[in-house]
Amino acid sequence: MKRYGHWKYLLILFVLGFGVVYSLPNLYAPDPAVQVSYTSSSQSADTFLADGVRDILKDQDFSALVELNSDYVLVRTDTYQNQLKIKDILTNNLVNDVVIALNLAPTTPKWLMDIGANPMKLGLDLRGGVHFLMQVDTETAIRNRQDGTLQDLRIRFREEKIRYSQATVESNASIYLKFNSSEAKEKAEDFIKDNYTQFNIPFLGSDNDLILSLSETEIEQIESDAIDQNLTTLRNRVNELGVSEPIVQRQGKKRIVVQLPGIQDTAEAKNILGKTATLEFHLEAQMDTPRSRKTSYPYRNGIGAPAFLQDSIILGGDQVATAQASFDENGLPQVNITLDGEGGSKMHRATRGNIGKRLGVLFVEQKTRTIYQRDDEGKQVPVQETYEVKEIISLATIRAALGTTFRITGLDSPSESSELALLLRAGALAAPMTFVEERTVGPSLGADNIQAGVFSMQLGLFLVLGFILFYYRIFGVAASLALTFNIVLLVAVMSILSATLTLPGIAGIVLTVGMAVDANVLIFSRIREELNRGREPLEAIDAGYNRAFLTIWDANVTTLIVAVILLSYGTGPVKGFAITLSIGIITSMFTAIMGTRAFVNIIYGSKKNLERISI
Amino acid sequence: MTFNIDFLAWRKIAIIFSSIFLVVSIGSLFIKQLSWGLDFTGGTLVELSYPETANISEIREILLRGGFEGAQVANFGSSKEVLIKLPGTVSDSLGSEIVSLLSASNLNQEIDLRRIEYVGPQIGSELRDDGGTAMLIALAFMMLYIAFRFQSRFAGAAVIALIHDVIIVVGIFSLIQIEFDLTVLAALLAVIGYSLNDTIVVSDRIRENIRSMDSDNTHEIINTSLNQTLGRTLITSLTTLLVLFSLYFLGGELIKNFALALIFGVVIGTYSSIYIAANALIMMGLNKDHLRIEEPENADDNLLP
Repeated sequence: MKRYGHWKYLLILFVLGFGVVYSLPNLYAPDPAVQVSYTSSSQSADTFLADGVRDILKDQDFSALVELNSDYVLVRTDTYQNQLKIKDILTNNLVNDVVIALNLAPTTPKWLMDIGANPMKLGLDLRGGVHFLMQVDTETAIRNRQDGTLQDLRIRFREEKIRYSQATVESNASIYLKFNSSEAKEKAEDFIKDNYTQFNIPFLGSDNDLILSLSETEIEQIESDAIDQNLTTLRNRVNELGVSEPIVQRQGKKRIVVQLPGIQDTAEAKNILGKTATLEFHLEAQMDTPRSRKTSYPYRNGIGAPAFLQDSIILGGDQVATAQASFDENGLPQVNITLDGEGGSKMHRATRGNIGKRLGVLFVEQKTRTIYQRDDEGKQVPVQETYEVKEIISLATIRAALGTTFRITGLDSPSESSELALLLRAGALAAPMTFVEERTVGPSLGADNIQAGVFSMQLGLFLVLGFILFYYRIFGVAASLALTFNIVLLVAVMSILSATLTLPGIAGIVLTVGMAVDANVLIFSRIREELNRGREPLEAIDAGYNRAFLTIWDANVTTLIVAVILLSYGTGPVKGFAITLSIGIITSMFTAIMGTRAFVNIIYGSKKNLERISI
Repeated sequence: MTFNIDFLAWRKIAIIFSSIFLVVSIGSLFIKQLSWGLDFTGGTLVELSYPETANISEIREILLRGGFEGAQVANFGSSKEVLIKLPGTVSDSLGSEIVSLLSASNLNQEIDLRRIEYVGPQIGSELRDDGGTAMLIALAFMMLYIAFRFQSRFAGAAVIALIHDVIIVVGIFSLIQIEFDLTVLAALLAVIGYSLNDTIVVSDRIRENIRSMDSDNTHEIINTSLNQTLGRTLITSLTTLLVLFSLYFLGGELIKNFALALIFGVVIGTYSSIYIAANALIMMGLNKDHLRIEEPENADDNLLP
């Protein structure tokens, strides 16, 4: 029998120790907890806040552990009922501008945390919560960009004295320009070529027309900018909602995933996340403004006759730096706005030449509705459509050139002003979004899923271990140890990678248990065959391990290929399953081959004249 | 376990048997089609838990009065749990509307919300396309790997066996109209992995025996190989089935169909690696020459462990 190097035993011991230590944190059940942080993300929690929380709880005779973490104050408790009570108490009593969220606080001992050992993350199907998938309507973003460019062009044409008779954005988002003369067209063409790089060259158009369509790279840029801005905005809004460990991520080209663990009230969450309310500042149209360049809008509160505003936008809500709801001298709700530098100078430029005229503030909201369309087969099918509602919230005379700070009045109620302030503060969405997928799991189902997963894993493991112990005796002991070791290692690797465990993930672990035995079955069958051929036991063991190795390798690599493809193509449940399956395949190769070999060597390796082995 | 079964004597019967199964499966896929789950059709699903036995017909009536026509209401797992499905809907707010409607009409009982799912129409068709693509890519990569490791005939045989397995499992799902959702799709891909595992073990032994046995008779070599690996094939299938049955019975409602697909898949995969893959090798005329030029014998012995 070949000598089994000491380094191999050491390696196995090392991996085993490593697996045990890094899977340990999963054995500590988390505490139901409440986390408190300041609304402003720039301000991290301090002892002042922690003491405030402590005092409030003391006043209410509530004993709970209050800790100060880097970003938030954590209140640990023992039951879910207490958790809810504490949340209510804090919500009613804390006067600071804070966000209060339910959380599950890990109880991992400090020495484990110090070496970076943390429990696995649980998926929403196991802990409860809501998952949204939103599709970003990037076409609107592209159109908006073209609208902006067109406005800019009009101003520049006037400055350059280029005469045109028509300038519109077409339904396919290209800009259509019609000039009075071919000289004007040529001049415009040169001017655009020199100053704008985003269009496809050569420009299209016949006679005195010009059609400017955006280049592919520019469209991609706008799309990805829109999605990036929406991501930032959503992160801000999620922070305002008060959720612990939220996930806001881009998925694919035009989608954003939002996962909010522990949230039950999906209606409220959707309302805040999906809201596209923003502001636009326009000058009021004058008598001489041509019809094609002004639009009539109704008042938001219904008071006052609709008024005409110029189509060109001075600036939009995206240039608002901060917004705070407050009240004016008469006790009416208002929003104090501070613009960013660029917004301030735009506002200044637009207002300084128009003193005495009126500045309109438009409230713009994207809404979705279901309409019915006929499809190719003539059937009525429901389709979701987004549409825009624009209403005037204020139309006030400009008394002096405006700068970066000013206020907006004309709002209906304090709740409207605070919502508008929140939306302006969190940033506007660059493009409207529709909810294309929503999955909400209640906490009771989550708990049931964990229980079902654990039960089925225990039973599965019990049955498999029972069978191989009965069938392979001493070698069965080796295989059983390897299987158990495999689960420990799998959990440790999942914890280190901070992979998310889901219910299909548990199914993947259970399946790994059944399939990981295969390697040992292959080896042991081979050993039995060699014994039947009359080989000495130790030689048979050697031959068995050697000959089975390539088979095991090929079989596992092909399964791993499937798992990796699942991982890259799958979403949701498929991904969760693929993660545990892939990790399980890799760890099982180690435990089933090296692990059992070491065990067998310890039992039989030192015996010189081994007559029979128990297999 | 040592066996001495003349597997290839059963070839013709196996081919007839498989053909019938395939025809029935494909026929069923055309006639009855698959019972696509919400993941693929799009729509809304609500699962609720009542404190006592839920009155399904009453719930139906409340929903009908509330304007939710076409709502499918059924028990889910137990008599207290209710599953309400509205396939094909495109509004993302129906789920919460149903919950508030039912809660409002059951004031004396507290209804526990288990889950709400909404899948938009575009997502459904995308998931279906992605699933199909994933499966084709998986098959292509398998073929490449096997062709690289073994020989193109083995790759062909393995893929024939895989397609056979997938069609029959999907056919069974169509025949007994079990819902086909994302987890079942994952199971189907796992079936591909599992069935391939089996086929590779058999192929590996055939390759080894072609090189080491004196016989030139491909039939004999394949038969010997099948007998040698039969013990392993049965034991692995058994342990896998043990865990799958524990998943089926204890894993909860959401995992049931996943486990079922794998149970069918493991049984069919085991059968196909013996009869279909080996048969295909013979039909493609595998013989000694095809493997002669490869690595010298016992090269394997120098590898780990």
